[in-house]
Amino acid sequence: MTRFPLRRTNAGRRMRRAGALKSAFTPAAGFFGRFRRQSFAYPYVLWLALFVVIPIILIAVYAFTGADGGFTPGNFSGMMDYAPVFGRSLWLAFLATVICIIIGYPAALAISRMRPRSQRILIVLLMLPMWINFLLRTYAWMSLLENTGLINRLLASLGVFDLINALHAGTPGYAPITHFRLINTDGAVVLGMVYNYLPFMILPIQSVIVKIDPSVIEAAQDLGADSRLVFRKVILPLSLSGVISGVTMVFVPAVSTFVISKLLSNGTVMLLGDLIEMQFTGAAYNPHLGSAISLIMMIIVVICMSVMSRFGEGREQAVRL
Amino acid sequence: MTKKYAGGKLLTALTYIFLYAPIVVLIVFSFNGSKSRTVWSGFTLDWYKELFGDKLIMGSLQTTLLVSVAASAVAAVIGTFAAIGFYSMKKRWRGPLLTINNIPVINADIITGVSLSLLFVSAGAVLNFELGFGTLLLAHISFDIPYVILSVMPKLYQLDRNLFEAAQDLGCTWFQTVYKVVIPEILPGIINGLLIAFTMSVDDFVVSYFTAGSSVQTLSMTIYAMTRRRISPKINAISTLLFAVVLILLVVVNMREARQHKAEMKKANALKGELE
Repeated sequence: MTRFPLRRTNAGRRMRRAGALKSAFTPAAGFFGRFRRQSFAYPYVLWLALFVVIPIILIAVYAFTGADGGFTPGNFSGMMDYAPVFGRSLWLAFLATVICIIIGYPAALAISRMRPRSQRILIVLLMLPMWINFLLRTYAWMSLLENTGLINRLLASLGVFDLINALHAGTPGYAPITHFRLINTDGAVVLGMVYNYLPFMILPIQSVIVKIDPSVIEAAQDLGADSRLVFRKVILPLSLSGVISGVTMVFVPAVSTFVISKLLSNGTVMLLGDLIEMQFTGAAYNPHLGSAISLIMMIIVVICMSVMSRFGEGREQAVRL
Repeated sequence: MTKKYAGGKLLTALTYIFLYAPIVVLIVFSFNGSKSRTVWSGFTLDWYKELFGDKLIMGSLQTTLLVSVAASAVAAVIGTFAAIGFYSMKKRWRGPLLTINNIPVINADIITGVSLSLLFVSAGAVLNFELGFGTLLLAHISFDIPYVILSVMPKLYQLDRNLFEAAQDLGCTWFQTVYKVVIPEILPGIINGLLIAFTMSVDDFVVSYFTAGSSVQTLSMTIYAMTRRRISPKINAISTLLFAVVLILLVVVNMREARQHKAEMKKANALKGELE
């Protein structure tokens, strides 16, 4: 009896009348409670300023200064030379993102239609490869794609190359082939991107589709929609936010990677990431140029993201795998 | 409908084959008799034996574990307090701060790495320190905290606000309210955030690469250095071991969850029976 009606005591009533309850927490603590708890974040606010805001400002500062420390726009003047690198990076990342949607969406849809138990197992299996170091996963593709790698060996033992050579036997100037050139191509780099980032496309789409209220689908069916129309008018629009968070989670790392291109093209396919990495490590050390390129890449990414976020929101759940 | 369903299942199966094929290759060749990564020449466990004698690999594994444990633990503490602070703030402040908090999550790894390396190099020039374990740890903590906050915040919003009132009405000080009422309620979110942060730290290569300097190496950095030359199957061996550890952990956790779920269902059914 004494426990239950505490809020009905005179003190409580007086507090409420004073408007103290408006504060997020208790009438007793009032303003001071909020103020104190808010101060829990102050160390981290300082941390954010020091380790997130200042470093980004530093990139901008380095981008607009020369080696002597004076202001110069010179870092940007030679940027046109790198236009092919920008173009290639954006194009390959775009291709990888599209392929991830083409493979990932139907897979996510199929997974979300399975029994809850199978779904859980498949989701765990999807995240399991992420526990293997991604350098090693990419490295494993090297053994598959090499000229003397497992795929070419398999094709050779199946007689594929003999067949092709036999077909071209009469052609003048034809040189017999012993392997397909798989590694050190744009295709190999796109494959590496798709392989590494595909789970990031499937996971958000699947989690959004699972949350669709089945009664909405039933309602559509009751109103006479066939399965195709249900997909087009109900499932697809409702799952778009998952696709969007998937796109950002695939595109951003893909456009900025330097490891995948280094491993799967041995430096023959130069991407933005490689260009930046070169400026910060190794012989061509030039952090000013590197910062200028980073700044442009950041702006491109921000533009892409704000265009995407116009289509819907889903960024928060993107992070919560 | 059923035909489409079968098609989806086939595609899912192919997707998983695609995801696991390289891993199977990686594991199989950790038992290969020769150094080749494409020609099979008999079964051996030599690489596993050599692995434990390799000072470079073992040292970098140690660095990775040390950095990941320390960074995720510190991030869990700072992140939890920061989340409670953000939650109590006025929207006017919370909004922009959460946006800044999201920057390391959304930003490309290479930008995070490069910008932190600029900070450490310029601060080091003034304060006279060099890139090393300290800067590596700071970098890891700062990209770990956002994940903790992002997994703690939703839990805070699920809290019943009356709970605080009740606690304080019953005589808790504000500090007691936090550690006796709030923390236990949001603990699943904290643990989840801690695990995500740990995973991110273990798997990270790019940020470490730019912030560790030349004196310290994480496992990822050692592997990267080896791919530039020629990878020894020892690396296959260590990744097989790590994979096995994770697999066993996941199976144990899932089985325990399933058993708990079953027990709860049984209890609920029994209760229902009694009521009827």
